[in-house]
Parts: sequence; structure tokens; C-alpha cells
Amino acid sequence: MSSGELPGPAPEERMRPEGRRNEQGIRIDPEAEATHQPRMAVLSALVEHEPGVLAEVSGLFSRRQFNIESLTVGPTTDDDIARMTIVIEEAEPGIEQAKKQLEKLVPTIAVEELKPEAMRRELALVKVRGEKPDDIQSVAEMYGGQAVDASTNAVTVEITGSKQKIDAAVEAFEQFEVEEVVRTGAAALERGAETMDANGHMSEE
Amino acid sequence: MSERAFHQDREPDPSTDAADEEDEADDAREVTTGAEAAIIALEEAGVDMAFGVQGGAIMPVYDALYDSDIEHITMAHEQGAAHAADAYGIVSGEPGVAMATSGPGATNLVTGIADASMDSDPMIALTGQVATDFVGNDAFQEVDTVGITQPITKNNYFAGDPDTLGADVSEAFALAESGRQGPTLVDLPKDASKAETDVQPVSPETPDTYHPPETADEAVIEAAAETIEDADRPVILSGGGVIKGEASDELRAFARKYDIPVITTMPGLGSFPETDELSLGMAGMHGTGAANLAITNTDLLIGVGTRFDDRLTGGVDSFAPDAEVIHVEIDAAEINKNIYADYPLLGDAERVLEQLEDELTDAPDADEWREQCQTWKDEYPLDYEAPEDEPIKPQHVVERFAEMADDDAIVTTGVGQHQMWACQFWTYTEPRTWVSSNGLGTMGYGVPSAIGAKLAAPDREVVAFDGDGSFLMTMQELSVAVREDLDITYVILNNEAIGMVRQWQDGFYEGRRMASEYQWVPEFDLLAESFGARGFRLEDHDEVEEVIKEAREYDGPAVIDAIIDPGENVYPMVPSGGDNGLFALSEKQLEGL
Repeated sequence: MSSGELPGPAPEERMRPEGRRNEQGIRIDPEAEATHQPRMAVLSALVEHEPGVLAEVSGLFSRRQFNIESLTVGPTTDDDIARMTIVIEEAEPGIEQAKKQLEKLVPTIAVEELKPEAMRRELALVKVRGEKPDDIQSVAEMYGGQAVDASTNAVTVEITGSKQKIDAAVEAFEQFEVEEVVRTGAAALERGAETMDANGHMSEE
Repeated sequence: MSERAFHQDREPDPSTDAADEEDEADDAREVTTGAEAAIIALEEAGVDMAFGVQGGAIMPVYDALYDSDIEHITMAHEQGAAHAADAYGIVSGEPGVAMATSGPGATNLVTGIADASMDSDPMIALTGQVATDFVGNDAFQEVDTVGITQPITKNNYFAGDPDTLGADVSEAFALAESGRQGPTLVDLPKDASKAETDVQPVSPETPDTYHPPETADEAVIEAAAETIEDADRPVILSGGGVIKGEASDELRAFARKYDIPVITTMPGLGSFPETDELSLGMAGMHGTGAANLAITNTDLLIGVGTRFDDRLTGGVDSFAPDAEVIHVEIDAAEINKNIYADYPLLGDAERVLEQLEDELTDAPDADEWREQCQTWKDEYPLDYEAPEDEPIKPQHVVERFAEMADDDAIVTTGVGQHQMWACQFWTYTEPRTWVSSNGLGTMGYGVPSAIGAKLAAPDREVVAFDGDGSFLMTMQELSVAVREDLDITYVILNNEAIGMVRQWQDGFYEGRRMASEYQWVPEFDLLAESFGARGFRLEDHDEVEEVIKEAREYDGPAVIDAIIDPGENVYPMVPSGGDNGLFALSEKQLEGL
């Protein structure tokens, strides 16, 4: 069987400090327990507009177990650059890690976390059953939306706005029987004149 | 058959002069195809050796290699090519080159690429791919190589355009060796390789979006320096990044100037000499008692080029729990990933240490702490029982070999108990002398990595410690060591088991040894002979020195099948996720943790 025992004092006889760290590796200050609770963060990224970038980014988020809420991607005014909006729910170190890992990808040009007051919009198309398009239209108008297609017994409504507003609208349409919903996930931009340039700098020009 | 018949003649032949002239002509040769652009890009980058296996889709690239001065080492299996290229990169500091065909060739490279990725080893892989017209059709030997290797490369390229293919290879090479090093891959569809082009590859440059930091923020340097001056129990944790960043000299000077004890991680072995009084050895799961107690009790941990891997930290709640952390690191994503850094110093390790030195005025007042560390070194020696007993103790074999070996000998290993004994009982004093699968823990790394190491440093002694299980996984590469006539000494610490698994089963699975013990293993000495190597069987304690001596003296690959005590286990040990300060010194203590 295995060898005997190496020399040296046993575990309980050894010098030990008082402190400890939390699961995020942060040393715990006894005065103030420094554990971060998850929060929602909106990351905006400029990436090279080339095949495979979306797969690379989504693969990164899934294999590192980031809790992703939505991911949207679309072209920008520059043909070579696409912009991604990624909403994640993580504790502070997770948000920092997600941002840095995203920055590390070679096709990534710049990443910023948008301020909480940034404009966030998503689009939903809601197909509603019903013989009374006028009733549906009036509910749609309550949410600033409009019917974009109507047939004898189904109306498709377009709603744009915050996630909460769209949640509420979809709920309101339940009175008619919602058949299908498609949502885009958030697209977001900073308020005011602030923009992110291709060097990743935020500037007000 | 004479084994010598197929040995390559490495002596210069009379036609060398003529060949040199031809070389010059070759350097100026014009690009005619995509494949040739790829090879010229490698030549421009200074590559002089590649490891690989031929195949259908990569044939145009190999055809271009026919006219190149780049020496190609044909390996027995693509995994061997990747590990050899990886080891070549570790020893030389320049990216190793691995080549494979599409489909199974590329998937066989995957383990080796992942291994290089986990250890940040510079490496470039060139894979063949089916012609672009066939891509996506499940063609013969097609696989989505770019997709498969995305998470395990720094960046990869689908080089479908013959005009930009050479530039892709150049960029991939530059990326592999700059900043935090790592593997890159270029997938080369057969039609693009064969297609005509006259575009010369550009010289290797990283892409515009890649900006590794160089020097750390001055304000953080100032604050960190102040903290160092005030520390009572400082310790330096020197990681693999110190070696990769060529910062070993600076780290040594720094530690000695300010009299701070130094611990290394496993990839950091050799970054600080273990013979130095300040050295506490390696920390982590099988680290020394002194290193693990110092890391547990320090009040200031200066981590340099380390990613705080879980085999090092144990459970994060008990890792350096009283310590403020200074983290010197080139990869921003490593900051606060596992351990929160109070002072993140982003930049090149050598330059950041210089910055700190410029800022520091006083050494920390830590006489008492150094005495404490010395006490731990005395109290917890790495030891093993009764080396004169039979059967042979594996630690004794490693220790004796270390004493007999050249000072600058390179150690490579497989993965398992033998690897830990090679960490513990060899004395590392120089960087780039430890070549191992640290992060991925790839069994089978030993045989091919020794080949890569030897070819990167032909004048240095190379010894490969392996286990019987690990050796069996890639032993076919021994044929390459024989063919290339490489003077490598392989030492198999043979306990007829996947020993580390068995140790865990005994410790944590009530001794239920499921699938960890071999009912039979080959006689490795005879196996070696059949490959054309020299084989030695070592089962008598009194013969340890003599067999090592003979094997070392043999000019070519030698394999020592050392029949060791199958009951021997690796201690000290911190259970997975455990508290480093509570390392067990025996199986009995392990049960209590």
C-alpha cells in the first residue's frame, strides 16, 4: 500500500490566518461583506463584419457560462463593422469578465458597457387571432404599435419599445388569443451626443 | 534490418555551398500558388522546422514544402505533431508549427492545440480543408475545423482566398507569439492552396484590433509599491508568464533585491532557481508544505504571469485569505477572473517589474516572515520512505537522475503521478527546462513533447518522465525519435496503473479501483527495442544509477522501463477545491480533510 507519512506538523497544528474570500475570489472585509449580486448589463460591441463572428461571440458566452439575456447584431454605417448589443445578467466580476473576454477576441474592435439610462429598444411582431381587427388595432395603439398585416381571422401587430413595454403589450393581446410572437432582443445606444468610435473611445463630437 | 539505414544524415554534405546559393535564389522566389504563399510566409517568419502528417487536402501545402528549406518532421499521429510543435515552442520561444490534413487530421490536432491554449504556448497549426465548393456538403474528410478550434485558439482563419492566404499565415504567426502567447490555426482549402496567385505574403504583423498592454498604470504601480514596502509577510508567486515573457532574470533580481520569498506555479517551474534560499518551491495540489503554508499565510501576494488555476488555488475561499493581491499580467481577462486583484498591473512582466523597482525605495521589513518560511522548509521536506527498499521508489529514480543530469537538461513529462514526482524531485533552476501539460493535463504528452524539445535544443540533454498509462497513449511517436536519431532518455515509472486515478479512488472512492489498474502492460524495454531504440528494464534498486548512466550514455533514444512500487502515492496533497494550508501528508490525513 501507499507510503507512510511525510514529516511535518499535522493540518490542525499549522499556522492559519483569520480571513477568507468569497466565491468570486474577493477577500472578505469583515466590516462589509463584499459579495456582488447579479445585475443587468448592456454591452455594446463593434466587431469586424465577417463570417463567423456571431458564432465566435455566442460560443464565448455559452462556454464561459455567462447568463445571457439577449444578443443582437446588425450592420453599421461602416460596411466593415457590425455592432452587437449583448444583455447579460451577472454579478459584477462576471460582467467585467464577460467584457474582457469579448474584448480579447481578435475580431472585436471595441466593447463598452452602456450606462443604465441608455436607450434600449426591441421589436416584437405579435400574431393575434380575432375577427375584429379594429379592437386589436386599438390595443396596439395603446402601446404605440400598429397592425402591419391583417387577414380574415388574424392580425399581426408590430410593437417597438422597452422589454417591459413589450411584455405588457403581449400580455394585453392575450385577451384575443396570441398565436405567435417573435422578438428581436435589445438594440441599445447611449443617450446624448456620446458615440463609440472604431478605436473603442467614447466621445462627444 | 539495420535501424541506422534510415537515419537522416545531419552532417553537412559537400553540396551545401551549392544549396546555399540555391537558398538565396529560393528566398527571392516568386509566389505561384496559395500553398507556396503559405510556405513563404512561414519562411519569412523565420520558421525552420515543422511537424506534421501528410494527407489529401494538405497535399498542395506539402508539395510547396518540397522546395523549401523548412525541415519537416513526419510524426506518427497528428496529436504527436501538435505536442511536438508545442514543446518546440516552449523550448525555443518561437511558435512551433504543426501540420495536418482535413477531417481526422485536423481533429487529431485538437488535443494538442487545446493543450497549447491552456498553457499559452506559441504554436501555429496549418490544416488542409476540402475545396471551398465542397465545404458544407459533408464531403470526404470534411470537418468544420475553424468552428471546432475556435474556443482553443487565439484566433483562426479560413483561408479561402489564394491572394490573402499568405497574409493569413503571417498574421497567425505574429499573433501566436505576441502578447499572451497561444496557438493559432489557418485552415487551407485545397482549391485555394492550389490556385494561382502572385501575391507575396507580408511580413508577420498582428491585426489592428490586437493591443497587448506594455507598461502598467503609474498610479497603480505607486500604490502597489507602497503596499510592498509596508508588507509583513510578502511572497512572490511566479507563473508561466514569467518564462513566456522572458522575465526570469528580472524576477530573480527583484526578489533578491527586496528579499521576498518566491513560490512558483507548475508552469512557472524554472522561473526562479529552486536552489536559492528564497525559493519555497511549487505551490498547489501537490506543492511543497512551505509554499502552501506561505501562500495561505501571506499578507501580500505578488502574482506574476499566473492565471490562478484551481489546481494552484484550491478552494478560492481559503486561498491567501489575508492577502492583498498584486497581479502582474499581460491578459486583462485574467485580472479578477479567479482571484480578485487589489492592484492589477497590466503589462509585460519584465517591464512591470522594472516599473515597480523604479518606484520602490525600501524593502519590506520581513525578517520574521523569512524565518518562518525557512522553518516550514525544514519542517516539511519533500521526502519518501526508505529508498533502499524494494521495490524501487519512483522519487528515488527522479532524484538520482536529476543529480546525474546536465545542469541545463530539459525535462518533459506525460501526465499523472510521474509528472508530480518530476515536479517534486527534480531541481529546476532555469526557464524553459520544464515541458509539460500543465493546464489541460494531457496523458500522452511525454513521448512527442520530448521530440519537439530535443529538436528545438539539439545540444541539450532531454529526459522524458512518463507513466506506463501515459506512454501507451502516444508511444508510436518513439518511431520518430528513432528515425530522427534523437538522443532522448525516456523513463517510464511503471506501476501498471493509471496511478493518479487510483490514488484518488483510494482517497475519495473507498478504494473502488474501477478501470485504473492494468491487468497487463507491454514489456516496454522490448517494445523500445522493436522500435529500434535501446530498452532497459530497471527493477533492482541497486541498479538505478547504473541503468540511468547507461541510458544517458546511449547516443539515441533510450527507454528505461522502471518497475516501481505500485503502492507509492503523491504527497503532500490538497484535495480538489480544498484548503492549501491543510495539505495532507498521508492518506490518513487526507481522510480527515
